[in-house]
Amino acid sequence: MILESQRRPADASFRQIIEAGDYFMRILDEGEVFRILDLEGNQAVDTLFYSAENPAERYSTVDTIREQGNVYLTAGTSLLSTEGNVMLEIIADTCGRHDTLGGACAAESNTVRYALDKKTMHSCRDSWLLALAEHERFDMSKRDITHNINFFMNVPVTPAGGLTFEDGISDAGKYVELIARMKTIVLISNCPQLNNPCNAYNPTPIEVFVWRDAS
Amino acid sequence: MDNEIIYSDTIPGGRHWSMLMRAGNVLRLIDEEGGANVGMLLYNSENTLERYNMPDTLKGQHTFRLTKGNCLYSDMGRVLCSIIEDTAGWHDTATGTCNSNLVEKRWGHRSYQEARNDYIRNGRDSFLIELGKYGLGKRDLAANINFFSRIETDLDGNLIFGKPASAAAHVDLRFEMNTIVIFHTCPHPLNPASTYPSRPVTYEIRRANPVTINDACRTLREENERAFTNTLLYRAGGDT
Repeated sequence: MILESQRRPADASFRQIIEAGDYFMRILDEGEVFRILDLEGNQAVDTLFYSAENPAERYSTVDTIREQGNVYLTAGTSLLSTEGNVMLEIIADTCGRHDTLGGACAAESNTVRYALDKKTMHSCRDSWLLALAEHERFDMSKRDITHNINFFMNVPVTPAGGLTFEDGISDAGKYVELIARMKTIVLISNCPQLNNPCNAYNPTPIEVFVWRDAS
Repeated sequence: MDNEIIYSDTIPGGRHWSMLMRAGNVLRLIDEEGGANVGMLLYNSENTLERYNMPDTLKGQHTFRLTKGNCLYSDMGRVLCSIIEDTAGWHDTATGTCNSNLVEKRWGHRSYQEARNDYIRNGRDSFLIELGKYGLGKRDLAANINFFSRIETDLDGNLIFGKPASAAAHVDLRFEMNTIVIFHTCPHPLNPASTYPSRPVTYEIRRANPVTINDACRTLREENERAFTNTLLYRAGGDT
């Protein structure tokens, strides 16, 4: 569902460009609004969320899909935690559909999907592992890397049970906006995948914004 | 797969169990009465940080459903087990498991104090209990498989609870790595039944036939061939 936001970037309390292949990790307070902007179009933004109070509680792909009765994420979706709590809600979306079935790239899964000699290429999981290693205070590790959201990716499921990877439906300037319903750690890998036609083999930067006041 | 049965047991509906399945053995699950559900999680027994990965399994094989020919991938680009036989045709892995809130809302509460061992269990607690036996816990929960449950989608991505498996439907999992198998027989979380569905599941363990070069799972897709290559490389270091 396409739903625009009235928030102005000039009012944001925080904004940052995340280059292709970099990670971003930050705590969102309850009530803060978080926007991810696809600057150049069809960039995959691999995103995980954790409760800042108890990171063992984290975004759950399967609970979110099941409780909304639909495999795609868009405006109106409540992102549920593994404990069944609402972590964030998608309150604006100019892309219209986001994937949460396709997971993230890793060195090992790249060998399976593309070729055995791809194993030393940069990947989302590498970015996440480095992020967790550099943020020791959260005491997280590979154990905590769970199933993620791919903002701006289009991975349609067919009625016959197929999974297809279609060209993106995002474009330069499209964004998705979420409001945090609990104090949340957001962990993004701005995907460095060079083997996938979904991003025209060209990973690009994104920009994130935080508004302190939800009103 | 008609090799001699090494071990067989029947688990009542709404219960849980776990075990080590060694590479080279086949686990058959049988839906005795039809309409059963087997929630399952898989971990490499030598390094439980390596576990069944739903997204990698689905995107590697361009599928939303699991059936004969599919391999269940770990997050490390290897095959934990292969589905070498399946008379049900569609197994779900995208909609998770039932928890205590869901079960109570849908089917009510029946406590141990009232019902003794027929109390109503849920999938999530069942997983946590079995995971605890291996030093694993909440942080290790992942998207599970729901054997015998068919979840379809319409063109808009809405979920549809499909026709349940028939009585005596079975699925054969050939293990390619030594794997901790965590499972329960609690109902699928989208099962619309008005009373708590409780269906027994029989499991049988047999030796597998050797995996040949033209094995149907291995050759289903190039991705599976590469995942098998990764698995064989891992196993080359030992007798697993």
